Parts: sequence; structure tokens; C-alpha cells
Amino acid sequence: MATTPGLERTETSAPTPRSHHARLNRQQAGAGWLFVLPMVVVLGIFLFLPVVMAAWVSVADWTGRGAPWGSNVSFVGGTNYAQVLGGQGLAGRDFGTSIRNNLYYVILVVPLQTALSLTLAFLVNKRALKGKGFYRTAFYFPSVTSSVAITVLWLFLFSASGAINAFLGLFAITGPNWFQDPRGIIHLILGGGDGPAALQQPVLFGISTWEWLAGPSVAMCAFILMAIFTTSGTFMLLFLAALQAIGEETEEAAMVDGANAWQRFRYVTLPMLRPTVFTVLTLGTIGTWQVFDQIYTGTRGGPAKTTLTPAYLSYDAAFVSQDWGRGAAIAFVLFGIIVIFTIIQRLVLGTGGIDRTTRRELRSARLIAQASIQAKGGGDVQA
Amino acid sequence: MPRITRAAAISLAAATLLTVTACSGGFSSESPTPITSESANKNPVTVLIGSSGDAETTSVKTAVAAWSAKSGIPAEVKVASDLTQQATQGFAGGKPDDLLYVSTDQFAGWAKNGSLEAYGDQLPNKSDFYPGLVSAFSYDGKFYCAPKDFSTLALVINTDMWSDAGLTDADVPTTWDQLEAVAKKLTKGKRVGLAFSPEIARVGVFMAQAGGGLLSADGKAQANAQPNVDALTYVQKLLKEGVAAFSSDLGAGWGGEAFGKKQAAMVIEGNWITGAMTSTYPSVKYTVAELPAGTQKGTLQFTNCWGIAADADNKAGALSLVEFLTTTEQQLTFAKDFGVMPSVKSAAEQYKTDNPTMVPFINGAEYAQNLPSMPGAADVLKDFNSQLTGLKSKDPKTILDSTQTNLQAIAG
Repeated sequence: MATTPGLERTETSAPTPRSHHARLNRQQAGAGWLFVLPMVVVLGIFLFLPVVMAAWVSVADWTGRGAPWGSNVSFVGGTNYAQVLGGQGLAGRDFGTSIRNNLYYVILVVPLQTALSLTLAFLVNKRALKGKGFYRTAFYFPSVTSSVAITVLWLFLFSASGAINAFLGLFAITGPNWFQDPRGIIHLILGGGDGPAALQQPVLFGISTWEWLAGPSVAMCAFILMAIFTTSGTFMLLFLAALQAIGEETEEAAMVDGANAWQRFRYVTLPMLRPTVFTVLTLGTIGTWQVFDQIYTGTRGGPAKTTLTPAYLSYDAAFVSQDWGRGAAIAFVLFGIIVIFTIIQRLVLGTGGIDRTTRRELRSARLIAQASIQAKGGGDVQA
Repeated sequence: MPRITRAAAISLAAATLLTVTACSGGFSSESPTPITSESANKNPVTVLIGSSGDAETTSVKTAVAAWSAKSGIPAEVKVASDLTQQATQGFAGGKPDDLLYVSTDQFAGWAKNGSLEAYGDQLPNKSDFYPGLVSAFSYDGKFYCAPKDFSTLALVINTDMWSDAGLTDADVPTTWDQLEAVAKKLTKGKRVGLAFSPEIARVGVFMAQAGGGLLSADGKAQANAQPNVDALTYVQKLLKEGVAAFSSDLGAGWGGEAFGKKQAAMVIEGNWITGAMTSTYPSVKYTVAELPAGTQKGTLQFTNCWGIAADADNKAGALSLVEFLTTTEQQLTFAKDFGVMPSVKSAAEQYKTDNPTMVPFINGAEYAQNLPSMPGAADVLKDFNSQLTGLKSKDPKTILDSTQTNLQAIAG
């Protein structure tokens, strides 16, 4: 009983600040929700809802007339996915072909654009370079140009009698008819032909080993060059921001330790750039798997379906063939592919091994760079 | 306490979902009933067209305005930049345009999902349309929509090159052997005798001439039938000899471009080429001849129809507008304004008188084939086209066998 007054005292005195604090918290939380409400509603209607709808369409038999949740639309389970992934018939083989094409596109574009943008960033970051601002703008310029405009430019440059072939002609090389040439470059290196009979059986998604080994077609190579040309400027900016965050002292310290230029790059700068490399590779992979506008404006999948990509195939299946379930299913499979690739990259690269301060600095540098990309409009990194 | 706000957020999201659902509206699947006069109303009729240019837009707008003045129903013509996509959005949203151009590629898909009204049998002049066009727009035994106009393919010849090679009017080829012979004579340097784009919509004429075609008379898949193999073998022979080439291999977007740029002395093209020649290549002199025959005469025809949306606001109005737009007189006006061929037989004689150079095109209507157009056919044709690109080095039978497999899956 002696302790009771004490307890009572704590109960009467302490609750006042606590409840005050709680009320404040509640008010702040309420205000917070109020402030984010417009964005939550916008994202909900224009992002979350369409994704849910597309997910439903991918497992339904919606034909494109009326709303997808109408009474005459029914659940068909994995039929659409089976059609896409089963490798049977035209639908399955088209998907296999599109994956093959896009895989070569990713494998070639991502490392090349990363290497090129890193090189450009190094060059532009050099203190000795005069007219830095000019080069920075020049390298970044392709990234701010609309991809449709660049595609049209590319169609002219790479036409049978275009500037590229005229240039090659100076060296007595007869250039290919780029955007009309469906031959895969690995097939070309191997000397063409139909390949050994042993490789003709379908192995995955209805595509034979020989077809998987075709390599990107000549037409796709023109797109690969274009992607490298247009995106390296954006990624150069990311690397540039990271390089500037590293600071001179680190470089000087390495010089004092007697490291030569290559050693300074390989053992000091590159490890410190690792988070940015991860960002660039991830953005690059996502962008290259989603390649659509170049194909839509340029070739529509031709020649001989060698520039068909899953993103374009999804559009084509839905809007042109009125096969909405299949189109939505392809979109979700593509989403899965991108997630898997990103996870693999994360596992392979890791982001450990850097002390916390550097990482924070790099992160802020990266944020600045990303903000500048978004300011450019739409955050369309893969022009 | 954040829990409460979270709950509020979730219920808000749910409310949004419901609102969006409600907004998009329900739609009822009506059983096909004829458009009756009771459904007549004064709602404005919207017309969605994919125009080839100003000439077509102006001409259609003038015709629709004339009907509007006569009927007292307001009407509006919208020119689509991507017709398929805009029409698809309309059908999906339940608020389509009342009347729209429908291509044979899209027709079956939209007929199958119930987006289009089957009104063909209600047309007073339905027996006047060419039977081949009526069958192109019939699905499940029902005549859906009125053919707007049509085009056929013929042989377009550069007259200067023709006379330079010492050829006369008497040498216009009527058989495959003659075609090969004149193509050989007309091939000179980088210029080939004959060019066409690598697609079934051009190469298919040879199949028709050989007595084949992708579908048999009763609609069964017969892609790898012997006449088709013969046709592709013949085309392959011309390509290998270098007397014929695909327009894409010449660096041209289509046959007309190769012809206008004088990369080819003859092309297989449709009547739309005459517009391009007048506007883009006015200096090139040409003449048009019917295509040579293999074992029989053969060509391909292409057409669009006036589709009435099943969910249209004013079906009766749209039907009355179609009747107006497909009359003999109105079709002859369209023919004059933007170079299409009337889809009704009654306009043929007048059309021939007005356009003597176009006679070979309209004569083709007698023996022209349609390309397959059942749901899924567009994909099969696209796949076939993608293989045709490599015809020069591929076995024709292999190409046709794989097309047969694809075609059987949709046609039986």
C-alpha cells in the first residue's frame, strides 16, 4: 500500500507528455497521409490498378470487347501462359524467337554501353580536358533526343544506299542491307547454311539449337549500335557524378603509394564505383529487356522476325491479333525475366566491401544524377 | 493509430477501384437482331477512318456532310493515326465510334468477339457487291459489313525501258515463260526486270495463277499443295537468275518505290501505285497490264469494309449512312477523288470509261483471290512473309510445309 501513492504519481504525471506525444504523432501521420494522398490516388489508378487488370486479363479469356471484368469473361487458369511458354505452334515459337533476339540484344548492349559510358565519364572527368562542358553536352545529347527521331535517322543511315554503306564503300567493303538482313551474325561467321541436322530439333520454347545460336541478325546489330549510342550519355552522367564524389585525395594517396594509372583505375576507382556499376547494369538490363519504340517505329519485328522482342510481341498479340490474354501473359513473363536478371546481378556483384561513408556519398551522388535524368523528362533512361 | 489511416487508405483504394469499375460501365451481349427503324434516333454518328491523305479525308468528309444534310442526323468524321489501336480502345471501353473502316486483317477478330454488327443482309444493294468481296466480309456464314472499295494487283510496266529493250505491245507477257523472257530482256546493269515485295500479298499471285492458294475452295488449309510449290519454285528461279528481285533487296520500301526510282522495269502492284506515280514520280511513264497466267489467270484482291460497331449509339443512322456511301454514284465520286475502285458491279462500266488505264485492275475482279482472314490468319501470313524473305536460298517446300502446319491450326 505504501507504494501505491508512488504508482499513482507516476500514472498521473507521466501520461500527460506521453499522450501529448502520441497525439502529435497521430496528427503528423495524418498530415503525412494527406500530403501523399494525391500521389497514392494517381499511382493507384494509373499504375496499381492497370497492373491488377493486366494480371486478370492474363488468366482470363477477355476478347477485347467491353470491360475485362464483365460477366462474359471467365477465368481460364494458365492457358495463356501455357500457350506462350509451351513452345507449341506459332504463338510459342514467336515467343521463343523474341526471347532469343532480346537475349542477344541484352548480352551485347549492356556490357558495351556500360564500358563506353565509363570511358566517356573518365575522359570528361579529366582535369586537363579543355571544353569539358561541350563534350559533356555532346555525349549526353543523344539521350535527350526522342527515340523515334533517332530510329528514323538510323533507318536512313543504315539503308542499302545510306551513309554507313557509302562510308564502308570507301574501303571497298560492300555493306549489308542492314534493316532487311535477317542473317544472324554467328551463323554468318560459321559460314551460313542450314547447320548440322543434329541441331535442328526444338530444344526450348520451340526454337532449335541452331536457331538459338544464330546470334543477333544484321538488322538487330543496327539496333544494338543505336542503343549503345543513345544510352551511353545518360550512364556517363551517373558515372561522372560518382567519380566526382570520390574526390582528388584518394587518387593522390594512391599516387603517393606508387600506383600507376591502370592500377589506380583497377584497384582504387573501380571498386569505389561498384554501387554505380550495379545501378547502371540494372537500369541497362531493365531498359534493354523492355525495348519497344525502336522496333515499333523501325522494323515491326522484321526482317524474318529477327527484331521481334517480347515487349513488341506483347503489343502485337493484344492490339493487332486481338489475343489479349496472350499479350498480357507475355508482359508478365517479361516482368519475371527482368526480376530474375536483376537478382542474378545483385548476387554476382554484391554491394559489400565499401565503408559506410563512401557508400552514403555515392548514394547521394547517384540520387543527384537520377534527379537530373528525371528532370530530362519521364525518366526514360533507355531512350 | 497509423493503423486506422492505413485502413482508410485501403478503403479509399477499394472505393477508387469500384468507381473505375463503375465508370467503364457494363455491357450486355445482345443477341444479333436486325437494325430496326424503332432503334432510329438522332444521336450523332461518328465515323472513324484511316486516311491515305488529304484527298481521301476531304472526299469522305464531303460525302458524310451531304448525308448529314439529307438525313438531319449530325455526323462527324475522325481521322485515326493508328486505326486498329483507336478502334480497339473504343470496343474495349464500350464506347466505340458508330462507323469505321475495317480491314480484312482485323475483320474476323472483331466479328468473333462481337464488336461488329452483322448488317450486310439488310443492305438493299447487297447483290450488287462483287461476290469475292462479300465472302471476304462474311464470318460464320453471316455477311457482316459492306465492302468500301477494293484493289487488285496487276503488272505495271515502264514504257521507256520497254521500248528501249526493243519490246512492243505484242510482247506484253501472258504466260510465265513470256514473263521470264521479258524480265530477262529488261534486266540491265543494276536494274532488274521485275520487282515485288517479299510478302504473300504479292508472291501470292503466282500461287493463284498456278491454280493454288493457301486455302482450298472449301476453306481448308492447303499451303503445301503442288501448285503452290510450283509457284514458289518459279519465283525462286527468277530471283536466282537475277531477272527479278524483292523490292527490299533493292533498298526500296515497296514495289512502287523501286519502280519510281527506276530500279525495276516491271512491278507487281495494286491500283494505289497510280497515285504514288502522279505525286512522287511524275516523270516515269508507265502502262498497266493484267498479270500473266500460269495454268489459269490469277491475282489477289484487298478490301476494307464499313464496319458498324455493335455498341454504336446510332446503328440505324450508321446503316443509312453506309447505304448512302456505297451507292454507285457515291463510289464513282470516291474513285475520282482518291483513286479507289468501286465495290459494286454496277459501277464497273462507268469506271472503265472514266479510267481507261485502270481497266486491267478492275478486270482482275473476275478472277481475284482473297488472302486467308480467319482469326489468327494475320500471324500465319506474317510468319510466311518472314520466311519468304529468304526464298532465294530456302527450299520452297520447307517454307510451305511450315506454313501448312500453322494454317491447319486455325483453318483445319
